[in-house]
Amino acid sequence: MNDHRPLHRTVSLSQQDWSLHRKGPADQARHNEKVKEAIRENLADIISEQSIITSDGQKIVKVPIRSLEEYKFRFGEPPEGGQVGQGDGKSQVGDVIERGGRPGPGRGPGAGDQPGIDYYEAELTVDELAALLFEDLSLPRLEPKRTPQLESETIRFTDVRKRGAISNLDKRRTIRENLKRQALQGGPGAPLHFGGITADDLRFKTWETEVRYESNAVVLALMDVSGSMGPFEKYISRAFYFWMVKFLRTRYAHVEIVFIAHHTEAKEVSEEEFFSRGESGGTKASSGYQLALDIVDARYPAADWNIYPFHFSDGDNWPSDNERCRELVVQLLERANQLGYGEIRQGAYGRSGYSSTLMSVFERLDHPRLQPVVITDKAEVYPALRTFFASDEEGRRSNV
Amino acid sequence: MPDQRYLDELSDAAERLWAMAHEMGLRPFPTHFEVVPAAIMYEFGAYGMPGRFSHWTHGRAFQQMKTMYDYGLSKIYELVINTNPSYAYLLDVNSVLQNKFVIAHVLGHTDFFANNAHFAKTSRRMVETMNCNAERIAGYEYEHGVREVERLLDAVLALEEHIDPYAEEAEYAASLRPEPKRRAPAAATGAYDDLWDLDREGRAAAAAEPRPKPGPYHDLLLYLLTNSPVLEDWERDIVSVVRDEMLYFLPQMRTKIANEGWAVFWHLRLLRALDLTPQEWGDFANLHAGVLQPSKRSINPYYVGHGILESINRQHGGDEAAVAPVLFEIRERESDISLIRNYLTQELVDDLDLYLYDQRGGDLVVVEKDFEKIREVLVQSLANRGHPRILVADGDYHGNRELYLRHDYEGQAAASTSKPA
Repeated sequence: MNDHRPLHRTVSLSQQDWSLHRKGPADQARHNEKVKEAIRENLADIISEQSIITSDGQKIVKVPIRSLEEYKFRFGEPPEGGQVGQGDGKSQVGDVIERGGRPGPGRGPGAGDQPGIDYYEAELTVDELAALLFEDLSLPRLEPKRTPQLESETIRFTDVRKRGAISNLDKRRTIRENLKRQALQGGPGAPLHFGGITADDLRFKTWETEVRYESNAVVLALMDVSGSMGPFEKYISRAFYFWMVKFLRTRYAHVEIVFIAHHTEAKEVSEEEFFSRGESGGTKASSGYQLALDIVDARYPAADWNIYPFHFSDGDNWPSDNERCRELVVQLLERANQLGYGEIRQGAYGRSGYSSTLMSVFERLDHPRLQPVVITDKAEVYPALRTFFASDEEGRRSNV
Repeated sequence: MPDQRYLDELSDAAERLWAMAHEMGLRPFPTHFEVVPAAIMYEFGAYGMPGRFSHWTHGRAFQQMKTMYDYGLSKIYELVINTNPSYAYLLDVNSVLQNKFVIAHVLGHTDFFANNAHFAKTSRRMVETMNCNAERIAGYEYEHGVREVERLLDAVLALEEHIDPYAEEAEYAASLRPEPKRRAPAAATGAYDDLWDLDREGRAAAAAEPRPKPGPYHDLLLYLLTNSPVLEDWERDIVSVVRDEMLYFLPQMRTKIANEGWAVFWHLRLLRALDLTPQEWGDFANLHAGVLQPSKRSINPYYVGHGILESINRQHGGDEAAVAPVLFEIRERESDISLIRNYLTQELVDDLDLYLYDQRGGDLVVVEKDFEKIREVLVQSLANRGHPRILVADGDYHGNRELYLRHDYEGQAAASTSKPA
């Protein structure tokens, strides 16, 4: 492909092979990586957006990326007296050249009005966002259980044959066969050169499907729906459970989720009801724990299941009920791999002071598998997710 | 990939166009044309030069250009490197006629590069220099970490517009690098007090050490290069690389209108002299019209530059022998600013239909057609290439080695926060 012809040593033309040139794509990849980093930095703010939580997975989310702006000294206002443009030959003072237009910032000719020159917003679907969010999350302390029922298929290359798809060609074995055949034909001392492959030399890898068993897991989602749960508290618990459900469905094919809503009484509800219903009344959290315990004992024996109860509440429990909660939580912890408790506090009930909440009960328990979290702000939903679903060594091992 | 016949045809065309350009009086650098695929064209376009250093902004530019091309929104036709010999790139998917057009246009550019006074100091070996620079920067990445180098490049590139080609390095290198700060000695109480006296002598020497003289200094990068007390040698090298490469690009930015006008002027004449078929004439007219498309909201340098040259040509009654000395002098002397100042007339403004527009209510409205006002705004917008003029007012502000930068206000306020442009 090389045609190099000097013409009077002054003008020449040639064409080379550029197929190995990769600089642009490499720096492009770095840019994309920066976009991803920027999105990740913004995750805490993005995921508590009302509009996302009430959407289906296809909605496009715009994520502002400030860190990708290049810092430059720029003019803050268009120049006085206007900017120069060109008409089609008949322009008059007073002609409108663009309705609702804005002159480009600074004096750069036409800067900012070309499409795709700079984007400070990345567009993602909720599902793409979810993939980013859950990259390094998993169910913690996942253990292999007695009767693994959930199966998934995988492919493993286990055998070598003479026929197969060319994409599965086993090059090393093919070369060896080729050399062996030549050695056989050539007699002692003949030099060996790889080449002249015949159909007989070819070796292909072939596969078998294997069934892998995954550990069973059930997540019990408990939510306080009593009258003391204001709009903020309800919103936070829904936001958390929205992403939790998304996370579990994205990462695990067979996790079961049980939804329980409680005030002074607890009820198992459908997913739809769980996310939409409003209730009122007092709070006895023990009713929720009791129902969770009953469901576990009846349907998800700890010997067969990894069990993850989560409970979100404002912590404002009927005081005489606290002791009973403590007992039930201890019983649940005997069966559960981890119990997550999120307490949502706002304003006067913020982080400090006020200790007669459910949180005070759990803090005294100080159990290694009990994971309490306090949320006072929208942006803390993501950290809470990360606390509950932090990958640990154990989780990773049984998960591979 | 194009076949041999395509390459032969282009080779012959390049040879013919070269000979014709010489007959017409052009004296371009020897020019080598390389036929490349789109991805390569866009890479060179994004980096400004083959083999320039890696940076994510280059990667972003590459992605944007490539995407625009892939979706058929825009296409780079010509890419020419100002070196001796010059290099120019032809898109391998272009038709023979399209590439003939590009070759003719490029010869205008390489003639301008070779003969315009603003390139007198330009290094003509910049491809090699930039490749060495890129290699050294890659070495720093290896030594100090990719992120560390990127952080520095981000910072230096933010200032790249604020350089002064006429800066004298000796004037900037006003002071030695300052000594590290010493701790004040404790109150003298012991038997070794005489030792403190030695230290005091040392401090007296430090105080006498030359301090940066108050500015103004217009070249921020050169100032940091020569005066920064914190930059390490490899960091200084990167500052100097960015500055040198910008110094190379600067004359091209300052002669955009003149250079494009010149290239259009000659591609017209060169292609007219080729014996094109009627079909080719149609294609050529299309290409030419596309390049000269006026823009409502900004200046098309091809359109304005070419317009000025043709009007000068017309003033001499189209007598090419009479007008040649005038035109060739323009090609030797003018930058965009001087070209506009010297040759923009009311007649030309009417002919090119230039106007000033501004925001009125929610709309953009034509507000002025007077050539003197348009000329003023145009020249102003070309000064400092559309960037606020920021200068070092004092490098030793409050006697504290604080760097005091000032906006040299010319009637347009700088943004108080960084805004996307």
